[in-house]
Amino acid sequence: MSHSTTRTTAALGEAAHDPVPAIAGIPAAPIAAERARPAAGPFAPVAWARANLFNGWLSTAVTLALIYFIARWAIGFFDWAVLHAVWSVPQTDAGPDPSACRDAKGVGACWAMIGDKYRFILFGRYAYEEQWRPAIVIALFIGLYAISAMRRFWRKELLLIWIVALTAIGVLMWGGVGGLAFVPQDSWGGLPITLILSTFGLAFAFPLAVVVALGRRSTELPAVRMLCVLYVELIRGVPLITLLFMASVMFPLFMPEGFNPDKLLRAQVAIILFAGAYLAEVVRGGLQALPKGQYEAADALGLSYWKKTGLIILPQALRLVIPPLVNTFIGFFKDTSLVLIIGIFDLLLAGKVAITDPVWQAYSTELYLVLAVVYFAFCYVMSRYSRGLEQEFRRTARR
Amino acid sequence: MSGAVVDPRLSPARAAPKKGLSLSWSDPRFRNIVWQVLILGTITAIVWYLVQNTSRNLAARRIATGFAFLGRTAGIPIGESLIDYDPAINTYGRALLIGLLNTLKVAVVGVVLATIWGTVLGVARLSKNWLISRLAAVYVEVIRDVPLLLQLLFWYLVLQGLPAPRNSFHPLPGVFLSNRGIKFPVVEWEGPFWWALGALALGILGTMAWSRTAARQQEATGVRPKVWPVALGLLVGFPLLVWGALGAPFAVEMPALRGFNFTGGATVSPEYAALTLGLVVYTASYIAEIVRSGILAVPTGQWEAGGAIGLRSSTVLRKIVLPQALRVIIPPMTSQYLNLTKNSSLAVAIGYQDVVSIASTTLNQTGQAIEGIAAIMVVYLAISLSISFLMNWYNARIALVER
Amino acid sequence: MKRITSLGALLLGAGLAFSPPAAAQDSGSATINTIKSRGQLVCGVSTGVAGFSLADSKGVTQGIDADTCRAVAAAILGDANKVRFVPTTTTNRFTALQSGELDLLVRSTTWTLGREGNLGLLFAGVNFYDGTGFLVKSAAGVKSVKDLDGATICVQPGTSTELAIADYFRLNKLKFTPVLIQDLAEIQNTYLAGRCDSYSTDASGLAAFRFQQGPKAGEHVLLPEIISKEPLGMMVRKGDDKFFDLVRWTLFAMIQAEESGVSSKNIDEMLKSTNPDVRRLVGTEGDLGKALGVDNRWAVNVIKGIGNYGEMWDRTVAPLGIPRGINNLWNKGGLHYPPPIR
Repeated sequence: MSHSTTRTTAALGEAAHDPVPAIAGIPAAPIAAERARPAAGPFAPVAWARANLFNGWLSTAVTLALIYFIARWAIGFFDWAVLHAVWSVPQTDAGPDPSACRDAKGVGACWAMIGDKYRFILFGRYAYEEQWRPAIVIALFIGLYAISAMRRFWRKELLLIWIVALTAIGVLMWGGVGGLAFVPQDSWGGLPITLILSTFGLAFAFPLAVVVALGRRSTELPAVRMLCVLYVELIRGVPLITLLFMASVMFPLFMPEGFNPDKLLRAQVAIILFAGAYLAEVVRGGLQALPKGQYEAADALGLSYWKKTGLIILPQALRLVIPPLVNTFIGFFKDTSLVLIIGIFDLLLAGKVAITDPVWQAYSTELYLVLAVVYFAFCYVMSRYSRGLEQEFRRTARR
Repeated sequence: MSGAVVDPRLSPARAAPKKGLSLSWSDPRFRNIVWQVLILGTITAIVWYLVQNTSRNLAARRIATGFAFLGRTAGIPIGESLIDYDPAINTYGRALLIGLLNTLKVAVVGVVLATIWGTVLGVARLSKNWLISRLAAVYVEVIRDVPLLLQLLFWYLVLQGLPAPRNSFHPLPGVFLSNRGIKFPVVEWEGPFWWALGALALGILGTMAWSRTAARQQEATGVRPKVWPVALGLLVGFPLLVWGALGAPFAVEMPALRGFNFTGGATVSPEYAALTLGLVVYTASYIAEIVRSGILAVPTGQWEAGGAIGLRSSTVLRKIVLPQALRVIIPPMTSQYLNLTKNSSLAVAIGYQDVVSIASTTLNQTGQAIEGIAAIMVVYLAISLSISFLMNWYNARIALVER
Repeated sequence: MKRITSLGALLLGAGLAFSPPAAAQDSGSATINTIKSRGQLVCGVSTGVAGFSLADSKGVTQGIDADTCRAVAAAILGDANKVRFVPTTTTNRFTALQSGELDLLVRSTTWTLGREGNLGLLFAGVNFYDGTGFLVKSAAGVKSVKDLDGATICVQPGTSTELAIADYFRLNKLKFTPVLIQDLAEIQNTYLAGRCDSYSTDASGLAAFRFQQGPKAGEHVLLPEIISKEPLGMMVRKGDDKFFDLVRWTLFAMIQAEESGVSSKNIDEMLKSTNPDVRRLVGTEGDLGKALGVDNRWAVNVIKGIGNYGEMWDRTVAPLGIPRGINNLWNKGGLHYPPPIR
């Protein structure tokens, strides 16, 4: 048994980064672990530095050059971002007065722009007085991720939590019940849009992906298999932008007259279809990695196909694919920024529109930095998590 | 792949004796056929319904259909193209062809540079120098966790920060770096160059033949004749000789500032540079990890064994380690190349005129959305399929031959 | 849709026969009926063009295009705030209207024969007369478009400007290199960074852009040539004449109000006016509103909500430093000439 489980993870490793390395990362073994730890002692840091920074003249030269460049860059950045930065500007009747920023242009950052516009960047055109609602929605999303990440919650009840949370998010965003004013989708924007597109994308794409992955491995239904292969390869063969264009300009032509789903919904459908194809490959990797014995054992028990799949195969396979799944999710999270091209107010477009304001037109660098930090914060935490999980799985598999 | 798990009921040992298909629900084969017919039927019906809707909508909204617009004069200006284009004369078809060429220009250059830069990073991550490996690790982490679109916008902003043409950087004679792009001199192309190019092609063939002969000789006698002098002669000497025999024409076209812009020489536009730079920086962060795990996948024992039988370390790398590492590296690398190509469609955000950008302008000017998007999809599917095909062929070539 | 219309006609007939107030329920236009039952006008605007439609720090869409939408909402629903703004890009604006996702498109779109002929859409009026102009840096010393031979020009793709420039340069045997970026903010920053020698779009947009540079406005010059006519207007789908009429006359009513001196400030006094032109406009005389399929006081709602054309101009476009020029009333040297409201 222990032998076969080891093989499982090895095979999964391959299967997982074969289909979607775009998004799924290669498991990163920590560099530090490979290096011998310096002996403990009063001179440990010196010994460590000699072993890892200054072993040989070439290494020393490179280290010194790198330290010089990093220090210069860091000091320059500190000067610009902190020392000479403009943190706020006086408010006048005609709006903020950006002359302080204009004077500091090129020398210091203009964080006052973020201070003036942060609500627009975060929430877009959502009704100003109601913006506490998308704020709660962001918190809900983060809570949802946190709970899903904890293994103690990996039970059937998690599905229930997801349904409740997503419903609550819908209610908060739309309103229209319980005294909340109705806010139509067109005026949603900012970070909630990014979170909604990626999370709902995952939630709906996942079941689709499981079905497609099973279909693609079906030996008895060749027509269904062909259909699944066609879907997966077609979607993976074209850029997401094409699907978004399709959703934006072509989809309305497909629908009967008078039926006009909202643009956000159409983009969401495009992202679900896109995510479905990539996730299907991830799930297929998990199915493939499962030892044959599991299938045979299930058959030996005389289970039907659905019982076998639902009770034996999927629970094990899905557990295996969680790390690549998280990596795929990171990919969608970043890819939602593409909806900017079809004019949906996600975080990136809201930011860009914020600097269309004549007053703040020249401060793109500051904006891009702040947006990069927001995206990075989400993605970094998730990728750290998936890597930790992967190592844990590998450890338990070796035992 | 799907054959990995075989339903034991279908294995010959347990298969029911062959008999005709019975029309009973308890016969699994009959059930399967019914299910498939049902599913296919439903999907066909949905597609039929959508097609019906579309044709009705197109008629009702009086939107033109068909690809006739490809033959119409385009009228849209195009910033950079590899082939001649005049909006007054040329058609939408040619405009789209230019878009395709521009996409390929980014993809090919991007793939090559990303592979080089990614390999450097991957090796750097394994460096014994702590600072280098940490820096490479931080690079990979940061670049991967920020959307590519945001990075492209940033790079475009950076390139626009270069000085105006009048005050451009001038690192080498004839090379100018400004916010109009990079200008560099080009050799004026004349007839003899074609001949020299032909000679080079012959030289490559000759070198390949010679190295094969050398390998055969090595197997027979154990001594490998020197390859590099012959290669040098065939690859450099022979084309030079041909070029010299035809009069050795050589004229360099230098860029010069005239009026608003530089004239003469060749240009790399800021849009192209930003897109390529962004794609390379981003994709390299993925390639680095692939290369790293590929190298780690080859046990150190292989190096030691190679050394033990008296091979030079360069030979060990070339003949023993690389072939094994490549086997791990090639499949995920293929996906990265595909991703880079697909990601080049983000060009539309920073004004590089790739196929998506030109097709979207076309569909906007003609109002024919379906045809425009169909054109984009066909192009990308064709590119994806060719890359997959090429890499599969290469993968099969280097695959372990099991005896 | 057809069935709804005929049902509407039936209802209208029944309403006329039995109870006059019920007749007001149906306008005879499918679009107006939809808007009424939805309680909201769905209006396509741009993702952000200062002076035309741009979300402010509180996310409220401001500008002359946005206000034109609000005026139509006020005419139909009596409330200028019952508008849902849908941001559209140059690529998807027409499909969004064609598909019925929008009721109305006011996105500084140029009225051309090609668009009206090929797209199944109709221009209901011109809320802004414009033309393609060129902005250059004063330091370049350029005095005329003719001096721009060999220049690099920043322009948005998929616009009529793009085609106009290509034509003009060819006609005058000049060469140029285009830099084509769809996003407005991006292309403006690109010009400012010096990537292009000139930035070309509608002259109004250029004037606004130049004005926004504040103290640095003097560094940019608008060239004297206006190389094309760009009447920017409101678009509706073909096939709903009633709605088309209403959109068209809403704008005329605002222009007429300015001409007659009716504004949001004096509208209540004007209701008591004895001037027959004003009385017909504010609905105290005649049944003109009903003829359009809305309430007789429609114009009052428009003027109360948005003001007359001049007020709208002063609130949205004037702060950007755009001179009134050809957008003035016909009797003040401009092109806005509303047909008589009678």
